[in-house]
Amino acid sequence: MPGPETLRRRRAEAVEDLATLPLPSEKEEVWRYTPIDALDLDAHRPVLSAPDAADTRARAFVDGLAADLADRSALVVVHDGWLDRVDRDGLAPGVVVDAATRLGADAGGGVGTVLTGGGDALTRLNDAFFPDAVVVDVPDGVVLEAPIVIVHWAAGLSARGEGLAPAAFPRTVVRVGKNAAASVVEVAAGAPGDARSLVVPVTELSVGDGGRLAHVAVQVLGPSAWYLGRIAATAGRDATLRVFTAGLGAAYGRFRVDAVATGAGASTELRSAYLGTGDQVHDVRTLQDHAAPHTTSDLLCKGAVAGTSRSVYSGLIRVRRGAVRTNAFQTNRNLVLDERAHADSVPNLDIEENDVRCSHASTVGPVDEDQRYYLESRGIPPERAERLIVLGFFDDIVDRSPVPAVLDRLRREVAVRLAGALGLGEGTVSGNG
Amino acid sequence: MTGGHVLEVEGLRAEAGGREVVHGVDLVVRSGEVHVVMGPNGSGKSTLAHALMGRPGTEVTAGSVRLDGHELVGRPSWERARAGLFLALQQPIEVPGVQLERMLAEATQTVGDAPGGSPSGGSLADRLRREAGAIGFDERFLVRPLNVDLSGGERKRNEVLQLGVLRPRFAVLDEIDSGLDVDAIRAVARRIESATTEWGLGVLAVTHFHRLLMELRADVVHVMVDGRLVASGDQALAEELEQTGYAAYASER
Repeated sequence: MPGPETLRRRRAEAVEDLATLPLPSEKEEVWRYTPIDALDLDAHRPVLSAPDAADTRARAFVDGLAADLADRSALVVVHDGWLDRVDRDGLAPGVVVDAATRLGADAGGGVGTVLTGGGDALTRLNDAFFPDAVVVDVPDGVVLEAPIVIVHWAAGLSARGEGLAPAAFPRTVVRVGKNAAASVVEVAAGAPGDARSLVVPVTELSVGDGGRLAHVAVQVLGPSAWYLGRIAATAGRDATLRVFTAGLGAAYGRFRVDAVATGAGASTELRSAYLGTGDQVHDVRTLQDHAAPHTTSDLLCKGAVAGTSRSVYSGLIRVRRGAVRTNAFQTNRNLVLDERAHADSVPNLDIEENDVRCSHASTVGPVDEDQRYYLESRGIPPERAERLIVLGFFDDIVDRSPVPAVLDRLRREVAVRLAGALGLGEGTVSGNG
Repeated sequence: MTGGHVLEVEGLRAEAGGREVVHGVDLVVRSGEVHVVMGPNGSGKSTLAHALMGRPGTEVTAGSVRLDGHELVGRPSWERARAGLFLALQQPIEVPGVQLERMLAEATQTVGDAPGGSPSGGSLADRLRREAGAIGFDERFLVRPLNVDLSGGERKRNEVLQLGVLRPRFAVLDEIDSGLDVDAIRAVARRIESATTEWGLGVLAVTHFHRLLMELRADVVHVMVDGRLVASGDQALAEELEQTGYAAYASER
């Protein structure tokens, strides 16, 4: 596969590690409640050459998304981890949005600068097999108003198709310089229907001193795909990092988000939404890591499960020695819409410092009876009241997206899935402006 | 436009939390009338209000509630609302993410024509703004999720705002005056009174304060003690209560 020496060396090391690294197991705490034991790597093949970019479904999806996010700085389209096209029309001068392989010979695009540790077998799989990385580099002091949009398309193998299903290993590296600001939207989508695919993306985010980064990751893959996403982020002195994830598609969808406040005064905000329908499994793992004093982290994660779907939220607040005056908050709210659905919530604290303020809260339960009664007392039948409440539950989190441009699209994605899950037409209720 | 509708409550007994707290209530409210039920805390006023609206957990064990002859007991709350009944809650519920206008759009869509007749002119948004202006409800709150981050007084105004948009035939107001300052009570009372002539709204307001009666002209005042209406009369009864309190009624039994 292509790339400068640094990338090749990294791949070789990863392949070597993989020979000895065990695959994840449900026995490990970080994989508890997941179906990871059912992962069969032998049923998949890494995509070792650029796939056919003429996929009409991919084009239709990209066109639709591009229309929804008309105000943007750049549009990047990636097929099964391979960079297909970059459209930089709205980009400020000096900002890099490109493939790592097209940058300086030994730069490597900053791959591995945030995710410095070896990582587990899945991370190493990405290290070994990512064909190229999308690199976003915002120089010191540059402020990008409109978001950079990256679409990761997974073609998959249709249920009638023969052979091994493709495994894609997208890689994204975003570096925001000192006092710079940017927003990035990554959308993972794939062929609708029952096409099988495995998508294991790794995104590295770093925010320089005084910088601001908003990152939104949306997963709307088809119902037979597996998605195991990892986001690793660092925030420097007085930097602001806002990360939002939305898990809506896939048979099994996982976001692992590690946000490390590395500089004094850094602030990180994590927002996460998931909606399980059918027999989906959604999985969100978060780490709010405080490695410097006077840092703040705030997490709100909201999800609903319908049908026989399941969800897992597990999050850790870690306050390292020396990270005095830390403020860290973690809230997880779960709506269980069906007796056969199930949600697990596992908040954790690991605090090595005294002078800190930390809190966590979690709830799991059905739609609130008082809320339903209130709406019913206005003449709204129960099933419509429930739909309003659940849509509101999601609006409450979706509206906190750090990139407002994605709100309408996200609301629609939620409403369509919810209509199916609750057995109702979409009705006249759509997003509010 | 004065209606000619009637809400009849007959021998109503109701339990809350498995304990009977309304021990047989009879009253008749007609279009355009304002009835105020006064009583001390714990006299069963709120349970009466919820029994009329059909709140889960409030069980009607005997009696009937009829709107224009149609029995409401046993029917779900939303059907009672469609029949033309409205309840302004003592403690309006927060519904995160559901904006007032969105909820009312859903309600007006399912209810169809407002029971109190179609309001004159304008979209839902226009009506909302007009109603908000009438009671001094800050327009900024119109786009907030229902009752989220609203003060107690703003929540009460919000209830009256919804009443004005939905135009029910009968409104049960559960302690609508608590949490409101004098000016707000006045504004809310004006709106409710004008509704009684505008589309013939019939009102059953329960309260343990006298303040509401100073602003809202009542046709009938009822005294509720220990789950029963022990006296009914005109505004003079309220004035008498102001002097003597409820003790006299409690000791009569």
